[in-house]
Amino acid sequence: MTMDTGAPAPTKRSALARILSNLRDTPRAVRETALRGGKPNTDRTRSTFVFGNVFLHLHPVRTHRWSLRWSTTWGLGIASIAAFLVTLITGVLLMFYYKPHPEAAYDSIKDIVFVVPTGTFMRNIHRWAANVMVVTVLLHMARAFYTAAYRAPREFNWLIGMGLLVVTLMLSFTGYLLPWDQLAYWAITIGANIAQSPREVTDALGVTQHFDPGGLQKLILLGSDTVGEEALIRFYLLHVMILPLALGALVSVHFWRIRKDGGLARPKDADQRLGPLHAADYPVFSEAPRKTYQIAALVRGRSAVVGRGPENTLPSMPHLFYGELAAAMLTIAVCVALALVSNAPLKELANPLVPENPAKAPWYFLGLQELVAYSAFMGGIGIPAIVIVGLGLIPYLDREREGTGEWFGGPGGKRLVLQAALVGFGAALAIEFVAIRFGWLREWFPNIQQLWITLVNPGTVLTSVYALYSLWLVKRHDSTRAGALGLFTCFVCGFLLLTVVGTWFRGPNWSFYWSPSDWPVH
Amino acid sequence: MNTDKSDSPSRLDPEPMPRRDFLGMASIWAAGSTALFATLGMLRLPKAAVLSSPSRKFRANLPENLAEGVPFLPPGRSVALFRDKQGVYAISTTCTHLGCVIKPSATGFDCPCHGSRFDHEGKVIKGPAPSPLPWRKVTVDGPVCLVDEDSTVPRGTKA
Repeated sequence: MTMDTGAPAPTKRSALARILSNLRDTPRAVRETALRGGKPNTDRTRSTFVFGNVFLHLHPVRTHRWSLRWSTTWGLGIASIAAFLVTLITGVLLMFYYKPHPEAAYDSIKDIVFVVPTGTFMRNIHRWAANVMVVTVLLHMARAFYTAAYRAPREFNWLIGMGLLVVTLMLSFTGYLLPWDQLAYWAITIGANIAQSPREVTDALGVTQHFDPGGLQKLILLGSDTVGEEALIRFYLLHVMILPLALGALVSVHFWRIRKDGGLARPKDADQRLGPLHAADYPVFSEAPRKTYQIAALVRGRSAVVGRGPENTLPSMPHLFYGELAAAMLTIAVCVALALVSNAPLKELANPLVPENPAKAPWYFLGLQELVAYSAFMGGIGIPAIVIVGLGLIPYLDREREGTGEWFGGPGGKRLVLQAALVGFGAALAIEFVAIRFGWLREWFPNIQQLWITLVNPGTVLTSVYALYSLWLVKRHDSTRAGALGLFTCFVCGFLLLTVVGTWFRGPNWSFYWSPSDWPVH
Repeated sequence: MNTDKSDSPSRLDPEPMPRRDFLGMASIWAAGSTALFATLGMLRLPKAAVLSSPSRKFRANLPENLAEGVPFLPPGRSVALFRDKQGVYAISTTCTHLGCVIKPSATGFDCPCHGSRFDHEGKVIKGPAPSPLPWRKVTVDGPVCLVDEDSTVPRGTKA
């Protein structure tokens, strides 16, 4: 940019005068150097802006119209990252006052709740955003699964997504200990002993002395043999440093791969189904200069070509960004609303001598806790490992093409999913009924070997029923996708049912109660 | 290089590797193995060699009139002490399922967390506990009992 166009340079100005004039010109110069492509107010400059911005360039410059429909994604990925950003910001704020030592932690949380300005709200929203994040991450995974979006070329991004799910759950779990109240202490004691539970198998085989992965896991996790100051500082380190960094790295790859894998999955006939571009749906932003805008406005919406880029795409800025902003704002609004109406719980100070009764993990682990109440190893490690490996294998086993990008796409479709939901709920309900009403192997055969219970317990029986059912589906529909649809739906329903039982129908001594009001007074 | 026979190399011989490629591969492998070695070394740090937990040996004074089958619970310890005609014995009160503190009951011991039940000798009668409650070593020294929570003795050992 030339500063003094037209004006002839009369005499050489003094350096002092030049400084003054440069200083006056600085705001404009800063703006220009920041936005090299010029103000992002036309399609072209906006594209340059997205392309040249380190944060925005994770987006494509243009987005297919199919990806912009709400029903393609329901904005669940953006909702997850928005919830994560809320936890990140509020978490950093909470770190101003939180002290990770058993003698100070509980008091510092009390300070945050009762003394620190806005402390209660910050703690509430941190907790609620973490819960919202778990829900949206699970729903996001279900969306990717049911629209068959994991298929080529997106297989690897599905694996990255699995990693993100695990890190999200670990972030929640490590955050659970930090308040150092009874709830925290006993949930983590149980969690650490689940990490040690491979001993259930090594003890039964009599090899624990030589090969003890369970003991090693617990030792690494706690830094000691009980939950104490070492465990607290480890969980703190994981929660505020290691896991957020891991999540940040995985999220970057996850976003980047969406773009590199050609955007979101869409059906082959997406273009026909979308039809011509309606100006009312996607307002066309003009090209500068203004005169061209007038001409564009004349033909706007009359021709299918105007304002529609190659391959039926639209500029990401603003069309995609508006959608993302809406999803993010809605998520944050939900977090704020929840934080305003519901306080994060804080029980009495942790007491290693008196366990909570019942001691319950966070709600999303209660389905697993229900299984742990039958076998610690299978419920806490065996079955979750099977589920994670099974989920990771889905894109590599299902290499079919039919139904990609469509809700419940694939052979069987919606009907198959409904049927699988019935089977999933039914089998879980039946096995829970048997175990609660009649007990399990130990009650029937008091001298039974532990290995039998580890192998045959409600959790493993349920997993086998689901696996057999989906194998039958594969055979019946002659399609891997049909089996995957059945298996995923079964596991989702089983998980839901077990979570409901664990949350509302389990009382002291993990006994079954129809309602918490029936719990014995103690 | 086959220097012994002829100058023309056999087509079965591997292609000689250019020196530049060899040096490049060697440096990549050197850097990779160094990184691996360093990572393994760093992984040693989080595994604590000395545990911060206090000694689990302690002395307890059993009440003179402790009835047979009635537990004596030393405060702050995860063990229940009993005395009968054969002597004194100690049973761990840490659940073998997931480490909750179990409470003595009329039938033996009950775990509040997942409903495991044990009989008076610590054998599992109900619930998910994978193994019986371990018995701890007790040494009687006059009126005082020395209990070592770190050493396990066979079930039925009484001092």
